[in-house]
Amino acid sequence: MSEKEKSESRRKFLKTGITAGISAAAGLTGGGVLASKAMAGTGKKVKALTTDGKVVEVDEAMIEEKATKEAIGRTESMEGLPNRKFVMVVDLAKCKNARACVDACQEGHFLAKDHEWIKIYYMKDAPKTAPYWFPRPCFHCDSPMCVSVCPVGATYKRSDGIVLVDTDRCIGCKFCMTGCPYSARVFHWKEPEVEQPDVEYSPETNVPAVEGTVGKCVWCADNLRKNKLPRCVSACPMGVLYFGDMVEDSVTNGEETVRLSQLLEDRAGYRFKEELGTNPGVYYLPPSNRSFTVESGFEGQDEEIQKRYEKHVNKYKSKK
Amino acid sequence: MNDIAIQDKLLAKFKPHLESTTIRWYLVLIILVAIFGWGISGLVTQITGGHIVTGMRDNVVWGVYIVNFIFFMGLSYAGALVSGVLHLFNSNWRKPIIRMAELVTVISLIIGPFFIFFCIGRLDRLHYLFIHPRIQSPISWDVIGITTDLIGCFIYLYLSFIEDFAILRDQTSINLPKWRQKIYKYLALGYTGTPRQKKIIHQSRSLMSAMIIAIAIIVYSVLAWIFGVTLQPGWDSTIFGPYFVIAAIFSGSGLMIILMWLFRRIYHLEEFITKKHFVNMGVLLMVVASFYGYFTFCDYLTKWYGSVKINAELIDKLFAEFNWMFIFANYIGIIIPIVIIGIPQFRTIRNISIGAVIAVVALWVNRYIIVIPTLETPFLPIQDSRADWLSYSPTWVEWSLTAAGIAIFIIMFKLVSKFIPIISFSEMSGVEDRELKILE
Repeated sequence: MSEKEKSESRRKFLKTGITAGISAAAGLTGGGVLASKAMAGTGKKVKALTTDGKVVEVDEAMIEEKATKEAIGRTESMEGLPNRKFVMVVDLAKCKNARACVDACQEGHFLAKDHEWIKIYYMKDAPKTAPYWFPRPCFHCDSPMCVSVCPVGATYKRSDGIVLVDTDRCIGCKFCMTGCPYSARVFHWKEPEVEQPDVEYSPETNVPAVEGTVGKCVWCADNLRKNKLPRCVSACPMGVLYFGDMVEDSVTNGEETVRLSQLLEDRAGYRFKEELGTNPGVYYLPPSNRSFTVESGFEGQDEEIQKRYEKHVNKYKSKK
Repeated sequence: MNDIAIQDKLLAKFKPHLESTTIRWYLVLIILVAIFGWGISGLVTQITGGHIVTGMRDNVVWGVYIVNFIFFMGLSYAGALVSGVLHLFNSNWRKPIIRMAELVTVISLIIGPFFIFFCIGRLDRLHYLFIHPRIQSPISWDVIGITTDLIGCFIYLYLSFIEDFAILRDQTSINLPKWRQKIYKYLALGYTGTPRQKKIIHQSRSLMSAMIIAIAIIVYSVLAWIFGVTLQPGWDSTIFGPYFVIAAIFSGSGLMIILMWLFRRIYHLEEFITKKHFVNMGVLLMVVASFYGYFTFCDYLTKWYGSVKINAELIDKLFAEFNWMFIFANYIGIIIPIVIIGIPQFRTIRNISIGAVIAVVALWVNRYIIVIPTLETPFLPIQDSRADWLSYSPTWVEWSLTAAGIAIFIIMFKLVSKFIPIISFSEMSGVEDRELKILE
C-alpha cells in the first residue's frame, strides 16, 4: 500500500467509523463530521470513540460542526438495511386511543395536526362483537399495490420490507392513494402548515414536506438506521406497538422483547384483510381480555377527536 | 349527379362561411372565450392555492376532473365508430358526417388528458411520466395508449383533409385571402388527384380506419383498468374494460347526433344531413344503449346479490346519497333513448336529438357515480370530523375547468369548421343520389 493510499483509506475509516462517537467525546452539541479538507491539522488533539469501541486521537481541525448528518438520498434510501426484515405487531388488547403515537409521529415528521400517518380507528367487526381501537400505520406490504401503480417510481419497496415515498420524484397523481386499500396515504393538499426544518430532504423522513405530493408512514426509517425504534413505538404509554425484525424473530415495544413467532402463536395474531393479498408487514393481536373499557378511549379527548367517532359509535350501537 | 356537381354545390353551400364571418359567430366566440378564461382563472387559483381549493380530499382523491377525463376520452369514440366501424360496413350514408366524427375524436383526445393534468399535484413534474416511466403502472399504459391514439387519429384526420385542401386550393368560386390559399396549397401536399395518389390515400385511409378501431378499444380498456386493477369496491371488476368501451361508444354516438343537429341548423345542411342520418345513428345509439344497460345491470346485480360487506356498503350508498343520480344515469339515461328510438312514432329529428342529449348527460353522471361513491367507501371507515373529508362536493374551481373544457371543445370546432367545411367534399364525391337524397 502506497503512502497516498494509506492516507486515503485512513481518511475513509475516520469518516465512516468515528462520526457517531466523536461528537460525544469532543463535546459538540450537534452531530460532528470530519472535514476531509482539514487534514493539515491544528496540532491540538481530541479523543474520540469509534463505533467499534476504540478510543482514537484525532486532530481538532478534522471536526467540523454541522447541524445534521448528511441526508440519506434517493439511491441510498432504496436499499434496505442489510439482513433485516422489519415487522410490526399491534396489540389491540392494549390500545385505548391514548394517541401518543399520533402526536409523536406528527412531531417527529413535522406534520400538521390534521395530517396523520398513523390513524386510530374505532372499529367493530360484527353486530355481536365488542368495539375496539385500531391503530393503523402503513402496513409496508410485501405485495404493495401502491408501488405497482406508481407511474414514475416515486414509491418503492426495500429489501428490509420498508415502503418509502420519494416526494422529490412524486408527481402527485394520487394513483397510489386509490391503490392502497388501507387509506394509509395522505396528500399534501396545501403548503405544509407546520414550519419545516431547514434540513436536506430525505425519502427516509419525508422532511421537509412538499405541497402536491403524497406522504405516509415510513416506519421511521431514519431511526431504524440509527438502531432506534420508530417514534410511535417508543411513545406508546400502553406498549401497544411492537417493532422488530423477522430475521431475528423478535419484536419489542420498548419495555419487553418477545419472540415474534411465539407472540403470534400465543395471541392468535392475524393480518388485517389478509384476503386482499397485499401481504401486510403489520400483524394484529385480537382485542381480548382488555382491562379497560373501549369508552375510556374517549375520555379526555378534544371535542374534535370525539366528533370523529360519533357517526360510528352510533352506527355500532344501533346494530346491537 | 357527377362528382363535380356535388362539389360545386357544397362549395356554394359553404361559400358564405368560408368567405366571411358573421357578428354572431364572433359573439358566440367571445362568450366561449370568456368561459374558457374563467377556467384559466380556476386553474391559476388551483396552482397558486394548492389542491385544497378543489373538493378533493384524502379519500376522494379524484373528483370531477377524472370524470371529465373518462367522459372526453369516451366522446372520442365517435370517430372510431363512424369512420372506423361504419367504414368496414361500407355504409355510404355516413359520408356527410365523417368529418364531424373525426374532428370530435381528435379534439376530445386533445382535451381529455388535460383533466388528468388537473388531478396532478405537481404539474411541474409532468415530464417525469416520460423520463422516469414505470411500465407496471396503468398510468404509463395510458400515456402510451393515448399518445398513440392521438397520433393515429390525427393522421387519419389529415388523410381525409388532403383531398379537400386540394379542392379548396383549386377552386375559383370562393374568394379567399391570399394567405389562406397559401395554407391550403401547403397542406394539400401537392395532391392533384392522379390515380396513383388516389390509390395511396385510399389505401392508407382503409388501413388507418382499421387501426383506429383497435387502438380505440385498447385505449379505453386501459383507461378502465386504472380503476379495474385496484382493490377498491365497485372498481375491482372484470367487466370494466368492455363496459367502458361500450359506454364510450354510447356517448360518442350520442354526441354525434347532437352535433349533427347543431351543424344542420347552423349551416342549413338539411339536404345533406337528413332524417335518415338521425334514425341510423339513433338506432346505433339504441343498440349500444341496450348493451350498455345490460352491462350496467350485470355489474350492479352481482355486487348487490353477493353482498360482500364492502360492496353492500357501496350499494347502500348508491341507493341513499346518490339515489337520484343513480336513477337518472342508469334508468332514465338508458331507457329514454331506447324508447324514443325504439318506437317508430317517436322518431323525429327533434326527439332523437333530445334522447341523445339525455344519453350524453346521463353518461357523465354514470361516470360520476362510478368514481365518487367508491372513493367514499374505503375498506377502513372514514372517521373524520371535517365535513369536506367525509363527502365530496366539487368547488367552483372544478366546475370552471369543466366549463372551460366544454368551451374549448366548441371553440376548436368553430375554428376548424371556419377553415375547412364540416362536410368532406372528397368523401361526398362518388356518393350516388339514391343513397343520399342530395338533390331533389
